[in-house]
Amino acid sequence: MLTPTHVMIFSLVLFGVGVFGVLTRRNIIIVLMSLELILNAANLNFVAFSWAHPSIHGQVFALFVICVAAGEVAVGLAILITLFRNRNSVNIDEFHLMKG
Amino acid sequence: MLDLIWLIPLIPLTGVLINGFFGRRMPLKTVGVIACATVLIAFLLSVGAVVQLAGSEPNPDGLRIHELSLGDWMPLDAVSVPWEFSLDPLGSVLLLVVTGVGFLIHVYSIGYMAHEKDYARFFTYLNLFMGMMLTLVLAGNMMVMFVGWEGVGLCSYLLIGFYYDKPFDLRTGLTCADAGRKAFITNRIGDFAFLIGVLYLAINFGTLTFSEISERVAHAGPGAHGLLVGVGILLFLGACGKSAQIPLYVWLPDAMAGPTPVSALIHAATMVTAGVYMVARMSALYAQAPEAMAVIAAVGALTAIFAAIMGTAATDIKKVLAYSTVSQLGYMFAACGVGAYVAGIFHLMTHAFFKALLFLGAGSVIHGMNGEQDIRKMGGLKKKMPRTYWTFLVATLAIAGIPGLAGFFSKDEILWGAWSSGNKIVWLTLAAAAGVTAFYMFRLVYLTFWGTFRGGDEAESKVHESNSLMTVPLMVLAVLAAVGGWIGIPKLLTFGKDINLFHHWLAPAISLPHGDGHGVEASHSAGLEFGLMAVAVGIAVFGILLALHVYKSSTLPQKIADTLGPVYKLVRNLFWVDELYKFAILKPFYAACRGFRWVDIHVVDGLVNGTRNATLGLSYISNLHDRIVVDGLVNLTGWVTTWLHRMLSRVQTGMIQTYLSVMLLGVFILIAYYTLAG
Repeated sequence: MLTPTHVMIFSLVLFGVGVFGVLTRRNIIIVLMSLELILNAANLNFVAFSWAHPSIHGQVFALFVICVAAGEVAVGLAILITLFRNRNSVNIDEFHLMKG
Repeated sequence: MLDLIWLIPLIPLTGVLINGFFGRRMPLKTVGVIACATVLIAFLLSVGAVVQLAGSEPNPDGLRIHELSLGDWMPLDAVSVPWEFSLDPLGSVLLLVVTGVGFLIHVYSIGYMAHEKDYARFFTYLNLFMGMMLTLVLAGNMMVMFVGWEGVGLCSYLLIGFYYDKPFDLRTGLTCADAGRKAFITNRIGDFAFLIGVLYLAINFGTLTFSEISERVAHAGPGAHGLLVGVGILLFLGACGKSAQIPLYVWLPDAMAGPTPVSALIHAATMVTAGVYMVARMSALYAQAPEAMAVIAAVGALTAIFAAIMGTAATDIKKVLAYSTVSQLGYMFAACGVGAYVAGIFHLMTHAFFKALLFLGAGSVIHGMNGEQDIRKMGGLKKKMPRTYWTFLVATLAIAGIPGLAGFFSKDEILWGAWSSGNKIVWLTLAAAAGVTAFYMFRLVYLTFWGTFRGGDEAESKVHESNSLMTVPLMVLAVLAAVGGWIGIPKLLTFGKDINLFHHWLAPAISLPHGDGHGVEASHSAGLEFGLMAVAVGIAVFGILLALHVYKSSTLPQKIADTLGPVYKLVRNLFWVDELYKFAILKPFYAACRGFRWVDIHVVDGLVNGTRNATLGLSYISNLHDRIVVDGLVNLTGWVTTWLHRMLSRVQTGMIQTYLSVMLLGVFILIAYYTLAG
């Protein structure tokens, strides 16, 4: 029988995959995609808690996160394209202009 | 006119402004005319003022005096000193002599100075002198008088050093500028005493106005006697400096370094008589201080004989006259000292006439001889310069005391004053000095105008009579020297008629010790006075005849000099007074200066240098502290910051994944912490 706990465990796994992707992958596109995984893991958690404690708030938050994520992706991809045009690369190791 | 007397000194001073600022760019003639015109205007104003004074009502004491205050000068608590001017019979005599003789000498100077490059400077100084001398004469109080007193001293200094780049006395190596300095410094000694005397008067009587001093001094009481004697002697010391009396006479012979008109105006006729004038002005004070009067009489008589003797050996035509001036000033002081002020001032006036004439005549001779002043190189000038000769002879007869001429009346009055006041020694000294005076004056005339020319043929051919700008003043002065004494003819010689105008005019301005001005006449013995007069004339004639006899022969003067040997040498070297001053005053003074210099270098400089070294040491320590401690701390701060920066900047890799890893680690740690703690 599917319970909120199962959903949370799945969300945790999804989060772990996302963090792993963000921290280890060299391709910026994949890093951004992994970031989406993390956000959606959070969404699942919101929905799971909304289910466990009967309340509509969690689902409303999930909808907001989806909206914000859409904006974030738009901005992130725009930066990425500009970066690629200038440096002709999407390797994250090559971008360390902020080194002290 | 009397209210305008303050203008009289100011008019020559306008000449100073004009000639001083624009003289160099104006034609010589204009400069001379402006200078003479200002003095002429001053003379005319003076005549007007004196005439009006003579017509005014006398005050209860029988004195005609006009006082005028132009406002405050030094309104102090102890004594208020306004700008005061006054005119009384005493001042009027000086006023007319100064402006009248001064005008003649100004005219003469136009001719005498015609070849000088500093023409305008000369007339500027001369006009400045006139302004200052008139301030002195017209002053209504001691302080205004002191302004004129110092002013004429300054002009004297400037004019003695007029030829500042020329040597003057080869024997002492003096330059003309040195002679000016000598005059100024010697005068300062006297002026210092004078100023102290003035200040004592101000402190003790609370006024410096002459009329008020006279009044307060007369009622001072016996307690103030010592003070009055002291002040009297201090003031007389000032007069000694200004009027060249022993011991401060040494500057006057050297003052001959100036141009001859200056010697005539300043060092014979006017400035040097300021001391006599001042003593006569303070007659009320001296009336209360007979001891001071005795000092004046002694110094005057001593100077008269002493300077006359020195005049017999001088060979510079102007120096003979300079010693003569010192001697005649001694007469005037002796007269004041025995209470015969009127005779003293009378002699001051006649002396101004004949001595100015003698100096101007000497100037004419020097001019005609093209600058030669040594009488040993002259002789026989009688034919070459007739006008100069005759006028000079008149003045010589006048100073020798030949009856009928100006000098006779005044000198005789002084001698009678000395005798009748009981000062027989003063009388004897002055009578002897009269004989010596006659001797040296005729020696001068003989060597200069008579005999044969001793300067060589070439010099003889160049000798010429001076132009009329110079000889006309000589003639005017000759007339004055001849008849100027007639306004003071004694009763004795006028068959009992009292026409001694001078005495009547002046007597009210003088205060005598006994209280009444007629004490002298009370003891009048016609026979005695006549006898003394004959003796004095006899002595003078003897002096003249002796001079004629001695200098007629060409070898006799040398023989006498050889016979007298050391005495002649003593006189020739002026009694070694200059040398005495050098060893007694200048040498110790210089030694003291050197001593003070040593103290200055070793003690004062040592202290100053010690302070400097201490400061340097302290600053060195301060510098070390600054460099090591303060700078060290500042640098340490910077160094630590740099080090921290180097360490910390390594953390900022710019790699976003590193940051995220660290953040994640932090999150895990926080979760672990709260999980385990909670």
